Amino acid sequence: MAPLVNIEGLSVAFNGVPVLRGVDLALGKGEALGLVGESGSGKSVTWLAALGLLPRHAKVTGSVRLNGREILGAPAAQLDRVRGGRVAMIFQDPASALNPVLTIRKQLCESLALHRDLQGNAVKAEARRLLDLVGIPDAGRRLEAYPHEFSGGQVQRIMIAMALAGNPDVLIADEPTTALDATIQAQILELLSSIRCEFGMAMVLISHDLGVVAENCDRVAVMYAGRIVEEAPSNQLFADPVHPYAQSLIGALPPLDGPRRRLTAIPGTVPDPAMMPDGCAFAPRCALASDPCGLAAPTLAPIANERAVACIRAEASRRALLGIAAE
Amino acid sequence: MSPPLVEVTEISRSYSMRSGMFGRTAAVHAVDGVSLTIPKGQTLGLVGESGSGKSTTGRIVLGLEPPDSGEVRFDGKSMAAPVTAAWRTQRARMQMIFQDPLGALDRRLPVATQIREPLDIHGLGTPAEREDRVRDLLRAVELTPAHGARYPGALSGGQRQRIVLARALATKPDFLVCDEPVSALDVSIQAQVVNLLCDLQAQLGLTLLFISHDLRVVRQISNVVAVMYLGRIVEIGSADDLFARPEHPYTQALVSASPAPGRRSAGRIVLAGDPPNPAARPQGCAFHPRCPRAIARCAREVPALSTVGGNRQVACHLVTGAETRDAA
Ligand SMILES: Nc1ncnc2c1ncn2[C@@H]1O[C@H](COP(=O)(O)OP(=O)(O)OP(=O)(O)O)[C@@H](O)[C@H]1O
Ligand SMILES: Nc1ncnc2c1ncn2[C@@H]1O[C@H](COP(=O)(O)OP(=O)(O)OP(=O)(O)O)[C@@H](O)[C@H]1O
Ligand code: SF4
Ligand code: SF4
Ligand SMILES: [Mg+2]
Ligand SMILES: [Mg+2]
Repeated sequence: MAPLVNIEGLSVAFNGVPVLRGVDLALGKGEALGLVGESGSGKSVTWLAALGLLPRHAKVTGSVRLNGREILGAPAAQLDRVRGGRVAMIFQDPASALNPVLTIRKQLCESLALHRDLQGNAVKAEARRLLDLVGIPDAGRRLEAYPHEFSGGQVQRIMIAMALAGNPDVLIADEPTTALDATIQAQILELLSSIRCEFGMAMVLISHDLGVVAENCDRVAVMYAGRIVEEAPSNQLFADPVHPYAQSLIGALPPLDGPRRRLTAIPGTVPDPAMMPDGCAFAPRCALASDPCGLAAPTLAPIANERAVACIRAEASRRALLGIAAE
Repeated sequence: MSPPLVEVTEISRSYSMRSGMFGRTAAVHAVDGVSLTIPKGQTLGLVGESGSGKSTTGRIVLGLEPPDSGEVRFDGKSMAAPVTAAWRTQRARMQMIFQDPLGALDRRLPVATQIREPLDIHGLGTPAEREDRVRDLLRAVELTPAHGARYPGALSGGQRQRIVLARALATKPDFLVCDEPVSALDVSIQAQVVNLLCDLQAQLGLTLLFISHDLRVVRQISNVVAVMYLGRIVEIGSADDLFARPEHPYTQALVSASPAPGRRSAGRIVLAGDPPNPAARPQGCAFHPRCPRAIARCAREVPALSTVGGNRQVACHLVTGAETRDAA
């Protein structure tokens, strides 16, 4: 089956500094894909670039196909129909995504008018149905309220309602719960998964929280310094990570139960995009690095069914993992 | 068990907050009758939802603001009134670390100068000794003198937080309050700082109050954990035991909401309703509007924190241990 979204060799540079360096990613119909990685690894830029939302000075190359049709560099009119229509995005900073001086009704109706062929009362009825759907109590009256009159969790629900206004095939949710308390975060994630099931919508969940991604996605892609370094079904990635960076990320997460162990911290820091090392970008922090790692950047290569890793020592690192597990 | 370094008895603190368009003021009970004990060399973790009073508790324990009622004792002595000589002496033995390392550092000064600052202020040692101490402190937080010569902007988030830690340790404090010290850091960097904090605590015998909303990090570093909800402690117990077998319905929801790799969300407790509003504390048990197990009594009577076995204390009408039943 052809993927719904297919990204190939997507690269982005800001003022000559490359920050995305050839991202390949496919998303199936109805699938939930998680995107994890450290701050600055390019998770947001990937989707902003794919949807043509980066500032003009960004140099974007590669290919992004939606249902087989190229959308990278497509005319503005076509992109406008895609964004908020077929593909909707919830942005990282919800406060800035809503207009503080307009009522929720105005903002919802605006997206509805843009993407759906609805008139007059039907628009208002649909706006109300959407607020109901995302669980805002007393939706009819609350439509007349302004963003500041809602709690953080409710604002995030409204963002989801706006994203659903165009009946999207794909929802890109960029850190949709990061600013929220744990119990409210759980509410929002449950809402997203029930909507996904009901409408057969695909979702890309961007998060630095491995737990959130593991629980809510079928498949996970791990990014490091502008590239995908490992891709696997969620349960396999967390049980058996292969890329040294993915291994370290999982080892760095304190367990919530069982015996306490010393955390495996990754030494050093993420490289500055302007001073990217030659070869594998993870080499300066990698315990398994050897001379060949500095020669050429490893490409993302399949290692098993549905699994791919970008590491020249994928095999060696597998053995190291088994060694640790056997201890 | 070692004697307590910090003893907090029934502290309360409320703020008045203007609300509504007529400027009426409402009282926010930020902290409401909190008691805590931290034995020397141990770590108490404080978790709870945003606005539950964790930071306010931390500030009161540090003597940065006085409680409206209740008492804080440090090393057996009552906390002196702010900005007296006795207060200064006590305060020199306590330090704090906040969430935002960039905000805590001065962008215009090399970081080594900022580590030395508390030594200069308190006039500790000769200038040469201070330089030595700064070098030792940098080494203690696994940085080099070369890092010390840099400005905050030229360090990574994790390195900056280590500089803040080095500065907090400069005066050799006995007690450290860490308020969300790793929340702004990426997972891999978080692990560096958490490991370092654990090591330093073991080496220096530090006593810690560790505030965070991240249950995993709190469990990693704490001996005992207290869970706050709208200004009160609703459950307290040993770190391992508390998250493995939470008793209070709020703690259960909190643990269940903490996502775990390898577990799917099926069976998770999802609370209905909005986050609590500190300016409109519900009658009875403050958790009752969101509690999946609430009974009629919960809306009327405030449950008291009582021992339910071992070192666990819970404030819930439905959770009663042998001890409380015997006492009744
Ligand atoms: N408009 C821009 N101009 C210049 N550089 C940018 C711009 N937007 C992003 N970048 C840079 O691109 C890189 C990737 O950023 P991106 O926002 O995708 O990271 P991220 O993985 O989403 O991180 P986070 O977890 O912090 O959201 C970073 O180095 C960032 O500084
Ligand atoms: N100086 C102040 N003036 C007025 N209200 C305050 C003040 N400090 C705290 N509050 C209120 O007291 C309550 C408790 O705040 P506190 O900062 O202690 O919570 P917290 O548990 O640390 O929350 P967070 O997790 O968001 O940091 C909140 O409702 C807060 O708005
Ligand atoms: S290619 Fe080399 S440096 Fe990069 S992750 Fe693999 S072993 Fe480490
Ligand atoms: S006292 Fe009642 S409302 Fe409060 S936590 Fe217990 S059961 Fe729930
Ligand atoms: Mg981002
Ligand atoms: Mg706080």
